Amino acid sequence: MITLNDVSKSYGDFQVLSHCTTSVSKGEVVVVCGPSGSGKSTLIKTVNGLEPIDSGEILIDGTSVSSAKTNLPMLRARVGMVFQHFELFPHLSIIDNLVLAQRKVLKRPRPAAEKKGMVLLERVGLIDHARKFPGQLSGGQQQRVAIARALAMDPIAMLFDEPTSALDPEMINEVLDVMVELAREGMTMMVVTHEMGFARKVANRVIFMDRGEIIEDAAKDDFFGKPRSERAQQFLSKILVH
Amino acid sequence: MLTGFDLQTVINALPYLFFTGMSFTLTLTVLSTIGGILFGTMLAIMRLSRYRAMSAMAAGYVNVLRSLPLVLVIFWFYFLVPFLAQWLTGASSPVRVDPFWSSVITFTLFEACYFCEIVRSGIQSLPKGQSLASQALGMTERQTMIYVVLPQAMRNMLPLFLTQTIILFQDTSLVYVLSITDFLGAAAKIAQRDGRLLEMYVFAAAVYFVISLLASHAARRLQKRVAIIR
Repeated sequence: MITLNDVSKSYGDFQVLSHCTTSVSKGEVVVVCGPSGSGKSTLIKTVNGLEPIDSGEILIDGTSVSSAKTNLPMLRARVGMVFQHFELFPHLSIIDNLVLAQRKVLKRPRPAAEKKGMVLLERVGLIDHARKFPGQLSGGQQQRVAIARALAMDPIAMLFDEPTSALDPEMINEVLDVMVELAREGMTMMVVTHEMGFARKVANRVIFMDRGEIIEDAAKDDFFGKPRSERAQQFLSKILVH
Repeated sequence: MLTGFDLQTVINALPYLFFTGMSFTLTLTVLSTIGGILFGTMLAIMRLSRYRAMSAMAAGYVNVLRSLPLVLVIFWFYFLVPFLAQWLTGASSPVRVDPFWSSVITFTLFEACYFCEIVRSGIQSLPKGQSLASQALGMTERQTMIYVVLPQAMRNMLPLFLTQTIILFQDTSLVYVLSITDFLGAAAKIAQRDGRLLEMYVFAAAVYFVISLLASHAARRLQKRVAIIR
């Protein structure tokens, strides 16, 4: 479904990604973790072309992301993305946040788009807030709306870029619950997160990154059981002790 | 000094001052504001474009016009454009330009530079994540600009727009150099005719003051109403 082949990227002299190769199969949940500045957020943003790459190749469902011939907006419409800071559109009501791209990109008529939006709001437990504005919702609620907004496009895969990092601790679970449910329904997911509990629960594979490189790419049980690299071991010992 | 203040002169002149003078001033202000915001937004989008040539063109235009005194631009436009139009159309004599439309176009072109800078800073002040989120949903850069960036930037910039419009309202008095009867021009004409300089100029100043003051109050109230809850 998603294939990264020898992807590299640098800002000036600073190499943010170096020769990253991995893939995510249909229905698979892959968690990307690593210390801050390791390039994991950049990596996930390259998948839908929000970050251009210097070399290598990224394929989504067989379509190259970096090819000039690709209609990037149409490709992005098929891959949902959830950001650390939600990025709901503050000037639009919650339902309009869900409707906008359905109408402008998928050309769905407004009633159909609204209906779809309402079904998804119901699913993330926020149907009562449809007419409110993002600023009136808590962080956790906003992030659930952001997930619903991405799902409204009927994506073939979902990308999560540290979806719980900007949340107060008591709101993390409400977002993770939605993600777990999504994973169990068979959604293809690539998730950058520090939530190892989430990884243990639903991930098929875990990718560990450091300094722009993919250090470890292993099945979940192997990763948590006995990471091969020293750096991954150190990382795990730091975040799992507490 | 004000013992000889002749209020009757002012009262008699009111219909002329307002129906002829002020209506011209307000029409000019409104049309130039609309034109200035539209053209200014276009310039701002050009300035932020990743195509160098486009951005340089807009930047050059803005910088040149901002370095010129407004009176000069008004003069230049009014006296040179007829010859320019003659040259362009190959007419036998200079093409007459209506003073009203000449001033509307001049103010639009001039004010667009200031509106451009306001819109540009408004767009740049938006968190970059907003554009990314919009593009991640499959919206094109154009759609992102129209449906996500501009609506927010415009709301943020509304107070500055109104402040700039108030400045424009005052600046329109400069059309007196073309002997146009705007509000100040009307007051000046009566002042000359009746020899009542003090009365007319004091009254004109008072009117500009009151209108500008009311407008800034309205601006502040409007700002509260359209503010985005964050």
